[in-house]
Amino acid sequence: MEIYELTVHELLEKLDKKEITKEEVLTSYQNRIEEKEKDVQAFITITDKEAKEQLKKIEEEENTSKLAGIPIGIKDNICTKGVKTTCASRMLENFVSPYDATVIEKINNERLISLGKLNMDEFAMGGSTEHSYFKKTKNPWNLNKVPGGSSGGSAAAVAAGLVPWALGSDTGGSVRQPAAFCGVVGLKPTYGLISRYGLVAFASSLDQIGTLTKDVEDAAILLNIIAGHDEKDTTSANREKIDYTKCLKNDVKGLKIGIPKQYFGDGINSEVKDAINEVIKQYEKMGATVEECSLDVADYALATYYIIACAEASSNLGRFDGIRYGYRTKDFSDLKDLYKNSRSEGFGEEVKRRIILGTYVLSSGYYDAYYKKAQQVRTLVKNEFENNFKKYDVILTPTSPNVAFDIGSKIDNPLEMYLSDVCTVPVNIAGLPAISIPCGVNSEGMPIGFQLIGNRFEETTILNAAYAYEKERKFRQNYKPEFKK
Amino acid sequence: MSREDYEVVIGLEVHAELSTKTKIFCSCPTEFGGEPNTHCCPICMAMPGTLPVLNEKVVEYAVKAGLATNCEISRDSKNDRKNYFYPDLPKSYQISQFDKPLCEKGYVEIEDKDGQKKKIRLTRIHIEEDAGKLNHDEFGGGSLVDLNRAGVPLIEIVSEPDISSSDEAEKYLRKLKSILEYIEVSDCKMQEGSFRADVNVSIRKKGDKKLGTRTEMKNMNSFRSIVRGIEYEIDRQIDVLEAGGKIEQETLRWDDVSGRTFSMRDKEDAQDYRYFPEPDLVAIRLSDEYIEKIKNTLPELPESRKQRYLEKYNLTEREANLITASKYLSNLFEETVGKTNNPKAVCNWILSDISRILNEKEMEPNEIPFSADNLAELIKLIEKGTISSAIAKKVLEELFENPKEPSKIIEEKGWIQISDEGAIKEIVLKILEENPQSVQDYKGGKDKAIGFLVGQAMKQTKGKANPQMLNKMFVDEINKM
Repeated sequence: MEIYELTVHELLEKLDKKEITKEEVLTSYQNRIEEKEKDVQAFITITDKEAKEQLKKIEEEENTSKLAGIPIGIKDNICTKGVKTTCASRMLENFVSPYDATVIEKINNERLISLGKLNMDEFAMGGSTEHSYFKKTKNPWNLNKVPGGSSGGSAAAVAAGLVPWALGSDTGGSVRQPAAFCGVVGLKPTYGLISRYGLVAFASSLDQIGTLTKDVEDAAILLNIIAGHDEKDTTSANREKIDYTKCLKNDVKGLKIGIPKQYFGDGINSEVKDAINEVIKQYEKMGATVEECSLDVADYALATYYIIACAEASSNLGRFDGIRYGYRTKDFSDLKDLYKNSRSEGFGEEVKRRIILGTYVLSSGYYDAYYKKAQQVRTLVKNEFENNFKKYDVILTPTSPNVAFDIGSKIDNPLEMYLSDVCTVPVNIAGLPAISIPCGVNSEGMPIGFQLIGNRFEETTILNAAYAYEKERKFRQNYKPEFKK
Repeated sequence: MSREDYEVVIGLEVHAELSTKTKIFCSCPTEFGGEPNTHCCPICMAMPGTLPVLNEKVVEYAVKAGLATNCEISRDSKNDRKNYFYPDLPKSYQISQFDKPLCEKGYVEIEDKDGQKKKIRLTRIHIEEDAGKLNHDEFGGGSLVDLNRAGVPLIEIVSEPDISSSDEAEKYLRKLKSILEYIEVSDCKMQEGSFRADVNVSIRKKGDKKLGTRTEMKNMNSFRSIVRGIEYEIDRQIDVLEAGGKIEQETLRWDDVSGRTFSMRDKEDAQDYRYFPEPDLVAIRLSDEYIEKIKNTLPELPESRKQRYLEKYNLTEREANLITASKYLSNLFEETVGKTNNPKAVCNWILSDISRILNEKEMEPNEIPFSADNLAELIKLIEKGTISSAIAKKVLEELFENPKEPSKIIEEKGWIQISDEGAIKEIVLKILEENPQSVQDYKGGKDKAIGFLVGQAMKQTKGKANPQMLNKMFVDEINKM
């Protein structure tokens, strides 16, 4: 097996046994990027030189971190001091953050080496990474397909072996859906488990940094690094630190799984349905109890999500006004023109669509009908999940109603694009943790993922359940991306 | 119809900058001045990805202000975003409070023109952040943004429309200002904009139940312009109505130079601020114990000090009002009284000469450069007869310029009063010799002539002779003649 095919825990083992060196690890990934990036187009910025320099520094100092020298990829909406953070937008094409996000400080403290900044839908708005100002990332399983989004660059890079793992962000499924499309593991932790400081905000009450990894154990390791209270983010939870690798017990006997019938209706592709039914059988075989449950308000979750997310986005993106940083139009004669033209030229179609939607739902006269109503439904969604978690330890659904689609096939139909978020958005609305695990491929050889949703701060429960499944079905050992052209 | 036929309704929104050391959502200093953009960081510059953290001191200060103005304190409050675009507003929204302010339903007591107590009700007090400042560049013709003020904490104090004259408006603002100074939550420096008001004025025919259409004058920062602005608006609105016109709801700018208001924007341009709860901050929950603890730290407020001055020091109502209006003057008064035991004299010095000099120099009481010790010594020197009150006034002027012990000043300047009987007698005899006519006048029954003679003696001694002694000696000497 090539080094770039190994998981991080495998790399750590080999490093520990001195079977490989840190330099070999970095070289393996950099060579792989050299070879495959032209096909996959996962990166916006590759920090080749910086990575080499960092390795040199790491080797000179006395390290206490056992993770020192492990490479990582960063979604390009997480601020990195000295390296461009573009959010895949013309607006921030040349923007260099003056500070590091808290998660970046944490991975720097562990002496991880960033290989670069990964492509995404502009400002994390989209489900295919086609809404990037710079490039379209390809799905490593079939280069004509999208990698999903918005963390499409992160998922594709992990799947293609360009990075061993990556950070993404998930506002409505942006870690889990691309993970499912690219056949990797995507974890969206509980809202508040990871500091959002330095994550360029899309929808503040929904955004959460997540992980894209080759397997569940790596997800637990990366979560250990990035989780924790941050005084710079008052919405981050102040809880006792836990070691998430300790919860991987490979035992789901007696685990109570709820299957919401709403996620097995007409909108769900039959091959996806079949795959999920296989997953259910597997869990039963391993000793879990599986029962049908109901998430009635799930029908309203999508509408609620788009109202709240767009409302917050319309406000969050106001700071991109051409005054202090970012894109400024050349064409203006007064202040109003400066604003209007900078924003019209600097933002892409999807971003503008959502800003307009969000502005509308917050306008006086419409606020009660849209934003306020959406907040009320949000409470109902939370309550319904809460009730379900009185009976079940985890809730199992498909991650996406479909597999990765052809590039360009949905770009002109935003509504259809939004529908692919239907399984993932309720989780963000309720602030819950969820993980997407690959569970097979369809007839075209495209990966299918399922989602496990846990109660608030029950990452341990979903990680353990995912780990047990992975140990049995060994997706990674059975399937490999083929870079089909 | 005339002005007497109309009733004036005024509501005030006061913005007071809180005197916390750091900004409301980051740890940048709030200090006034500084080179442009030196008191800011990624958070108050609204760099992408940054998040606000609410400064607990801001909540504490706002709660203090609420308690000192008889407000109910919300146990459950939150921040909201007020969205609008302007270059001095880096996030393109101001974090403020919309429907759940920290303090509600308070009042401040003033005296109306008949000396009757009147309660001006407060609708609310909420916390918010200040914006930056635009400097219009004289070189490039553009504007430069300075974000030093961005994120400085403010409280907005909104009154009910209970104020019915410019005089009441001024009294209310002075009272509010003194309360905020007493509880030390704001330095209320009006010239620096740390205490400023938006003034809403409307008029209606006497007896009308319905409020008239109001106009709003923004960002007024001196008592004088507030009073002038209100008077101007009342006259203007009456003129419009008397001419059969209609008052337009609009935002006005008061121009101090021309003494009139100008329209900034009308109702059509009214902004839709799209308020919604700030998702980056958690709700503000205050416990009863927390509020009780703050209550216990509140110092004595002006009203209570005033009562004490009336009872203990026998000041008049007017004197007590004037002294307690400023915390600094009131403190100076109490400290000096403690050292002299002569409240009347201290009060007189503060209200006459000290206040006059402050006015002339356009200084705030807190800028008085000398101490209570200095003032007490000055008063004692008069009591002992070491200096005359005429000299004392000169010493006071000197204390403002070059503060040090008054005894040192008079020694250095040679201002010690001549109280030596021999020396006085010498002067008296000399003056009598020079002014035989006055001697005749006095003998002829004109008592005033003595005053003239004393004046002459004071002139010759440059005010240093003891006037009481002069007086007595002139009478004695003439009687001997």
